[in-house]
Amino acid sequence: MAKIELTRNPLIKNALKSRYPQLAVFVVMLAGYIFAILAGLIGTPVGSHNFSIVFVWIAWWAILILVAVPFFGRGWCAVCPIPLPGEWLQRGAILAPPDKKPKWLNLRVPKIFRNIWLQNISFLLLALFSSVLLTTPNITGIVLAAMLFAAIGLSTIFERRAFCRYLCPVGGFIGLYSQTAPIELRIKDKQICVTCDGKPCYNGSQAGYGCPWDVFPGGLTKNTYCGLCMECIRTCPHDNIAVNLRPFSADLAKPSTRMDEAFKAFIMLGSAMIYAGVLLGPWGAFKDAAYNVGTSAWFIYAVIFLAIIFVILPGFFTLGILKTKNTLPLKQRFASLATALIPLGLMFWVAFSLSFVLTNASYIIAALSDPLGLGWNLFGTANAAWQPMLTSVLAPAQTLALVGGLIWSARTAQKAANEAKVSSIPVIVYCFATTSIMLWLLL
Amino acid sequence: MKRSELLSRILVITGIILAIGAPLYFWTSTPLIHARMAENGGWSPDVIQAEVGQPLHIKLTSDDVVHGFAVGQMDMARVDILPGKVTDVTLTFDKPGIYTFFCTRWCGLNHWRMRGTIEVSGSSSDPEPASVPLYVTLDLDIDVPHESPVIPSSQPSAISGQNLVTDSIDQSTDYYRANSPYQVFDELNNTSLSEAQRWDVVAYIWQSNTTPDSLANGKQLYAQNCAACHGENGAGDGVFAADLALAGEESMQSMSGAENLMMQTPIDFTDLQRMLGASPALLQGKILRGGMGTGMPMWGVIFTEEQIWDLIAYIYSFQFEYPK
Repeated sequence: MAKIELTRNPLIKNALKSRYPQLAVFVVMLAGYIFAILAGLIGTPVGSHNFSIVFVWIAWWAILILVAVPFFGRGWCAVCPIPLPGEWLQRGAILAPPDKKPKWLNLRVPKIFRNIWLQNISFLLLALFSSVLLTTPNITGIVLAAMLFAAIGLSTIFERRAFCRYLCPVGGFIGLYSQTAPIELRIKDKQICVTCDGKPCYNGSQAGYGCPWDVFPGGLTKNTYCGLCMECIRTCPHDNIAVNLRPFSADLAKPSTRMDEAFKAFIMLGSAMIYAGVLLGPWGAFKDAAYNVGTSAWFIYAVIFLAIIFVILPGFFTLGILKTKNTLPLKQRFASLATALIPLGLMFWVAFSLSFVLTNASYIIAALSDPLGLGWNLFGTANAAWQPMLTSVLAPAQTLALVGGLIWSARTAQKAANEAKVSSIPVIVYCFATTSIMLWLLL
Repeated sequence: MKRSELLSRILVITGIILAIGAPLYFWTSTPLIHARMAENGGWSPDVIQAEVGQPLHIKLTSDDVVHGFAVGQMDMARVDILPGKVTDVTLTFDKPGIYTFFCTRWCGLNHWRMRGTIEVSGSSSDPEPASVPLYVTLDLDIDVPHESPVIPSSQPSAISGQNLVTDSIDQSTDYYRANSPYQVFDELNNTSLSEAQRWDVVAYIWQSNTTPDSLANGKQLYAQNCAACHGENGAGDGVFAADLALAGEESMQSMSGAENLMMQTPIDFTDLQRMLGASPALLQGKILRGGMGTGMPMWGVIFTEEQIWDLIAYIYSFQFEYPK
């Protein structure tokens, strides 16, 4: 399938070029985010009736993992409110062109941190506490507020969106999975970029800001680190930026060789499997261990969690590819072949999320009318009873997602193996084994 | 500053103010009474002010499990308080005083500690002097054992006793309330009745001092308030019994045992020695005042005097056979 340039449509192009539609969404998102923090801190401590839990961990998560990431890649990052206050503070303006002289420290992020290891750690930190975080409104409120303040703090110290790019626990996996999405932002003609004076898309101009994601659009070959903020569409003096509709997983044809990204794939794959077992499985002792943070049972859970992600899953994967004859060093083969786990992990998350989202979606209707648990009934739906939705299609949909993910990852494995000139069979066997475990855990 | 920048700043600031201000305003203008398990703090607030004759509107919510709400010695329907939901209650008091509100759902081991007070101020046209409980008038020491030295070999039957009772035997309410079944049994030793017959007469006297309605009322009160610990059939084996015993043991083993939640195994109402040695007045004292450090709560602020007598009458039905 050829690419279709969406920005050829004047309506889409103007909507993206103008700052106002995005600003309107930003204001709503930021207000909603602040409301979620407050709801978490002052609303009912009963998670299933608190806006912060219901709208963040059920509604937002459902939209993110079932719609935004698979279909729009970093589409969520394009409207995420977390970096905004910091960014506005950093620029000293909301819309006005930036000053020549930076207002704050404007430091470059040290090289050692210019990867996604910090994002891997921040995701794992949240993941280890997730049983409490996902059910306790005030903890959710505190974590949301902490992310907002961390983003503000980093904006005053470092240039551009340091939080989004290097620390955001969500941004890491959105970036990884955005490679599979059928949307991309790319340049139209490389030659124009080569000869472009001043590179305003990266350095900024009177028309707008330099790439907040620290990416030079002229060199974009993957979606991973492009936040779809659309700033380069506004700054490019040559109208050389396009938003394209493209085939799914187009970026995976050129496998990454970065270990931070390879481990991100294992972290996501492993945590989806652990969550399926702990949160949805029938084992009460695991649930208790995950919930009772600080107890010895929780420490054992944390050690097992980390061991699965950093030792068991990558260990078996390495054993599988150890004997593949190739001139590439093992580390490079490992990172390159782990690309196959990207569609697999995404579909694991889709299958896992379908389960708890469909089970708990009816809480959204009630929380809409009474977001703080104060007894309001804004839309007359406050007393809507909890009712699992679409229960009859859940298991078939999950099976479809997992089997589809397996086929997708097998296909990706073949391409990655061809690229690395090795056999894809060990990786396909690995994907088959993990999918079987996931099927057993979910069904 | 350009107009577009100014407008966008106004828009952003308005959004932030609304996002912060609106929930804070509604939160402060909607005071809720939070119910939590006693271990997590019980009622909050646990003291409410009210005026005689003025309707008191309160909003109740639960922060953890299902709780219930009722006010002691007040004719009102119990209401459930669901987690994250708000229950509206309107109360009107016609007499000043301190009322006790309490949880009506068996929410946990310390369920009965979930109590608060409503301080109703104002004046009453009909002040009622407090009556002295019978166990105080009789100078009964309710903390020492009052066991029956003898127990019947079979369950005493009020039906059989009815045919054996004569006018010379005191059947009055005052007599019944002040004496234990054993004391009445003992006083019947100057009659020609056999031991089993004397116990049957005792059972009849106990039955004649209650009514089917009172027994039914006592049964309901028992099921709602006592069965969690004492068991549905009075055997001291309610759903909390084992945990109460365990908690009691743990608190006794700790250095600060006396300050901890002291509990012990609930009393077994099918224990004949204990129950046949206990007079209604003694049981009234136990219920009114509570068990003083045993885990038995005080019910004097919750039950009316009539309710306590109904409850006592029902508790004796574990020993005596009454007509169905």
